[in-house]
Amino acid sequence: MDRRAAIATAVTIALLGLGIVAFGRSPLAGAITALPLIAAVWLWAIWGGLSPYARRRATNVVVLTLSFGATGLGVLVLALILGDLIWNGLSALNLDFFAQSTPASGSVGGGMLNAIYGSAVMTGVATLVGSPVGILAGTFLAEYGRGNPIAPVIRFINDILLSAPSIIVGLFIYQVMVLRMGHFSAWAGSAALAILVVPVVVRTTEDMLNLVPNSLREAAVALGTPKWKVIVSVTYRAAMQGMLTGVMLAVARIAGETAPLLFTAVNNQFWSTDMNSWMANLPVVIFQFALSPDANWQRLAWGGALLVTVTILALNIAARLLASWRSFSR
Amino acid sequence: MAEIALNRSAEAPRSSGFDKVFQATTWFFAILILVILAAIIVSLVLSAIPAIRRFGPGFLTSAAWNPVKADFGALPAIYGTLITSFIAMLVGVPVAFGIALFITELCPRWLRRPIGTLIELLAGIPSIIYGIWGLFVFAPFFQSTVEPWMIDTLGNVPLVGVLFEGPPLGIGAFTAGLILAIMVLPFIASVMRDVFETVPAVLKESAYGIGATTWEVMWNIVLPTTRVGVIGGIMLGLGRALGETMAVTFVIGNAHQIHASVLQPGTTISATLANEFAEAVDGTYRSSLFLLGLILFVITFIVLAIAKTLLFRMQQRAGT
Repeated sequence: MDRRAAIATAVTIALLGLGIVAFGRSPLAGAITALPLIAAVWLWAIWGGLSPYARRRATNVVVLTLSFGATGLGVLVLALILGDLIWNGLSALNLDFFAQSTPASGSVGGGMLNAIYGSAVMTGVATLVGSPVGILAGTFLAEYGRGNPIAPVIRFINDILLSAPSIIVGLFIYQVMVLRMGHFSAWAGSAALAILVVPVVVRTTEDMLNLVPNSLREAAVALGTPKWKVIVSVTYRAAMQGMLTGVMLAVARIAGETAPLLFTAVNNQFWSTDMNSWMANLPVVIFQFALSPDANWQRLAWGGALLVTVTILALNIAARLLASWRSFSR
Repeated sequence: MAEIALNRSAEAPRSSGFDKVFQATTWFFAILILVILAAIIVSLVLSAIPAIRRFGPGFLTSAAWNPVKADFGALPAIYGTLITSFIAMLVGVPVAFGIALFITELCPRWLRRPIGTLIELLAGIPSIIYGIWGLFVFAPFFQSTVEPWMIDTLGNVPLVGVLFEGPPLGIGAFTAGLILAIMVLPFIASVMRDVFETVPAVLKESAYGIGATTWEVMWNIVLPTTRVGVIGGIMLGLGRALGETMAVTFVIGNAHQIHASVLQPGTTISATLANEFAEAVDGTYRSSLFLLGLILFVITFIVLAIAKTLLFRMQQRAGT
């Protein structure tokens, strides 16, 4: 212990001296920079002096404290983000916010009605198009996939699409729809979002169908029910809540997506219900307003951000509650 | 009977004509997933061809970005993508590991679900919200407190000092990396938690039985048993970080430059696309952006494919 302490003291003095000399322009900074190294040396000195048992216990306590701290940090960040959103966004959420369209730059007041409408419509269309595709594809994987060599490939590709960058989907839809139609449109925006819905729904549908006990299917088959009818009236019914959860999670996923809309639906300052033309939507409006120097626009951006976040988190929580409703789904 | 139980794809006793139609329909939509992927790749490649013809492989190593002269290179964007994701992993992985450790080993049972849900809600918050929060709350805080301190101390250390030089701007690769770390945290933590939970209780109990501490059980039993899955989870997070767009666009600074210092502005592939695609009307400009998108897609595809393969191997080993 004494020898270690002596070495540590010597190293401390040497490092401090080196730090102060080497950092000519700010000696204090040099000293501060040397601190981590000095701390490490002292840690070594104290650590080495402990008995093996004490050292193991100490390691355990240190690591578990760090683990506790990491969890606290995660929860703290969530609380900070939500707190800042409420702090900055709540004041923007007045009646005008829901009743008026986006204002011109430099004007006062205004709201997000056109953007809220656009987001709702495009999310709705994307969900209506994407969910059936996802449910049927998921049905194939769960009910017909066994022994089919293509099923693992589809599962693999689907999982990759699930995490693939959404801006790539925007590029793709730009190429196949916007260029072909000659203009940006809400249809293109909906199509981009629909592509993002599919993998989420496929994944949850397959998982949920796999949770349905086989004895249910067997009982139906034993009665002479055709397979399609077994799936539609027995399996789907048993897995209904889980599948609905998947659709809700998909809605939550696309409701805040910005990147795929940037060059498909773009934005529209005015009220528009024409699906064949540019359409305002909350994420892109938030993006443009937040990055502008206009204080009124920034205020609206915070309000929009709060609205989007609250909606999505509520959907997430509702989906979770729904999923844990029945015992077999978890 | 036993055969039917084992093989769900066995024909039902009285198979009707509609059965075939239904099966074909599900097959069609399943195949559609492959078609979508193929279509994405083909459309990116086709749109990128003019840029590939013009710049060749030099596109990857050129730092030029001049829309006026129509001279483009991907190096700053690729560098920015990699460095921000690297920072995100450096910060995010240990924290995610800590959270997974807390949830599986330390947390009282009744608190597991709530804590797990709170962490997963971080994954539900959309990218744009992280962006607006990062720009208006985190970056100014970082600029006025942490960055000056880092520049004064770390910036003076020989060798690594160049990484932390320059004026404190608040926005830059480091800020972007930290925001990304928060964003990938829930993905990595939830995969880690799931794979940690697959470790048989008997294994852990045997270690506890011979007097191992919680940390020793974690480090010597749980981690080696689940290594494949843990790496899979990290790769999944990396895939997310590489392709993340809006949050990074807000806080990276959007400058086509390569700075040694991580505190200075840069750009990433996705941020470049988000910022410039709408205004890129010229053919070469647009094609170069498509080529950037193709590069991003290839990188993330490879990373995610590795992640999925590892996680699949883990799943098979766990026998689920």
